[in-house]
Amino acid sequence: MATKASRAAARAMISPSVILLLGWMLIPLLMTIYFSTLRYNLLMPGNNPFVGWENYTYFVTDPAFATAIWNTLLLVGGVLLITVVGGILLALLLDMPMWGQGVVRIMVIAPFFVMPTVSALVWKNMFFNPVNGLFGHIAKALGLTPFDFLSQAPLASIIGIVSWQWLPFATLILLTALQSLDSEQLEAAEMDGADPVNRFVFIMLPHLARAITVVILIQTIFLLSIFAEIFVTTSGGPGDASTNLTYLIYQESLLSFDVGTGSAGGVIAIILANIVAIFLMRMIGKNLDA
Amino acid sequence: MGRITLDKVTKSFGEVQVIPPLDLSIEEGEFVVFVGPSGCGKSTLLRLIAGLEDTTSGHIRIDGEDATDLPPAKRRLAMVFQSYALYPHMTVRKNIAFPMRMAKLDKAEQDRRVEEAARVLNLTDYLDRRPGQLSGGQRQRVAIGRAIVREPAAFLFDEPLSNLDAALRVGMRLEISELHERLKTTMIYVTHDQVEAMTMADKIVVLQAGEIEQVGSPLDLYRTPRNRFVAGFIGSPKMNFIEGNAAKQHGAETIGIRPEHIDITETGEWSGTVGVSEHLGSDTFFHVHDTGLADVMTVRASGEVGYKHGDRIHMTPRPDMLHRFDASGLRIA
Repeated sequence: MATKASRAAARAMISPSVILLLGWMLIPLLMTIYFSTLRYNLLMPGNNPFVGWENYTYFVTDPAFATAIWNTLLLVGGVLLITVVGGILLALLLDMPMWGQGVVRIMVIAPFFVMPTVSALVWKNMFFNPVNGLFGHIAKALGLTPFDFLSQAPLASIIGIVSWQWLPFATLILLTALQSLDSEQLEAAEMDGADPVNRFVFIMLPHLARAITVVILIQTIFLLSIFAEIFVTTSGGPGDASTNLTYLIYQESLLSFDVGTGSAGGVIAIILANIVAIFLMRMIGKNLDA
Repeated sequence: MGRITLDKVTKSFGEVQVIPPLDLSIEEGEFVVFVGPSGCGKSTLLRLIAGLEDTTSGHIRIDGEDATDLPPAKRRLAMVFQSYALYPHMTVRKNIAFPMRMAKLDKAEQDRRVEEAARVLNLTDYLDRRPGQLSGGQRQRVAIGRAIVREPAAFLFDEPLSNLDAALRVGMRLEISELHERLKTTMIYVTHDQVEAMTMADKIVVLQAGEIEQVGSPLDLYRTPRNRFVAGFIGSPKMNFIEGNAAKQHGAETIGIRPEHIDITETGEWSGTVGVSEHLGSDTFFHVHDTGLADVMTVRASGEVGYKHGDRIHMTPRPDMLHRFDASGLRIA
């Protein structure tokens, strides 16, 4: 890309995809913003008058809104905590030379290839179900009352399912980062008198900082929009105990057929996601500067 | 402090024995260089002493105390790695202070020793930088600083200069030699470069395939190599080896003569055609072909000598500088 001619050519060739992507993003966004200002209910077709902020006030003052925000944060935070801590531990374990390493690594990665609806169903029916599920059977074998995970601890159960899905991703990224650590650094630390804990804290953890940042950023983007797992297992319930923002928007627009309020929720979700993104970039993005 | 004794030390990786039983004693304050071609086990030997590898059998004693099963940190040895192994996220100050921090030394004492090491190594202006912002030579000095502050019984160097360019290498070589003069601490230095070995060592240990070929002072090895391998390894350019009748005349299977011990004369015992000549200014090296003795012979002439490609020259070896070896490659006294 050195000469003026090649730069111009590059711009010309890139422009179709840039225009396409912009359209792809901007048109739905603008339509959502437009719908969010209309009284637009599918049960009352025909008349869609402009109502200004009414949909927003309605959405925000809904008691389910505060719960949904709180649930969203709990879900994202909980899954991040479990996957990062668990990912580091698993990566440390998988980095050790052991018999059958290759097979074990593939097995650890496997959950990531299972689609969300399927893994949620597997967990719901084969693990969490108090009558037929594995945990229920274990409880009964031990003489305990089976615990009905999805109705007694719905959000925690969903955090569990989502963590199970995302743990491989975190493990994979952290494992590659760990393998790129110069072994002479660890040996130098060993000679310098650092015990395993100190070697982890002073050498490995700083080396992993960037990889952890990447894991947190990427996962946050996906975790803010968790939907399938909730839809398949709890449908946001009991009550609104496991309703996150995404699910609340779905409820408004497709269960209450209120497109206007749903769109207002969508715009609020976009703003929240951006606030979280800015916050994250400020807090940990500096780790990415090399 | 700093006497290290190896007693019948062996090391095997699985079935492969890389170090057959080996005895060696290193005296206090000595600068010992392990030298040998790559894969000769010199680094493994150093790592055995450091404790980074477990010995398969035998004993390692440091100051008379059995250290065979001691963890690396307890052996009071400091190591400088080939890659320097600095901690990239710590400043130079923290890098140097790290071993003291691990030893939970008093903070004021830590600062004092860091300042002292920085002064000795000319690093005072760089203490708050990170390793990534330093040049190769500076990184090397930080690695040495990190070793010095521990006040170890001995320093271990694992090919520390091989990542530096030629000019810097010569400079660091001098600095390390001077450091040894000043600290008088035992140093064990691993290299594949015989020039480094010759210039720095009090004692050279020549290794091949895990076995010690010869131990001695640089000039001992140069004057009286114990076998053909040492004779060929020590000295640059390499010693010329002659087999066949010329060797038989001297009652040996092989005779060796260093390039600097052959004189170019009007008439002489040997003759050949000049091939490539290397003019260094101070010396000139001729590669001589068609001598009927060996494929190529190297001859050194002092100063600027103007023979050209294809010239026929006569050569006379200095008889007292001939090395004689028997069929098994051992020196004939």
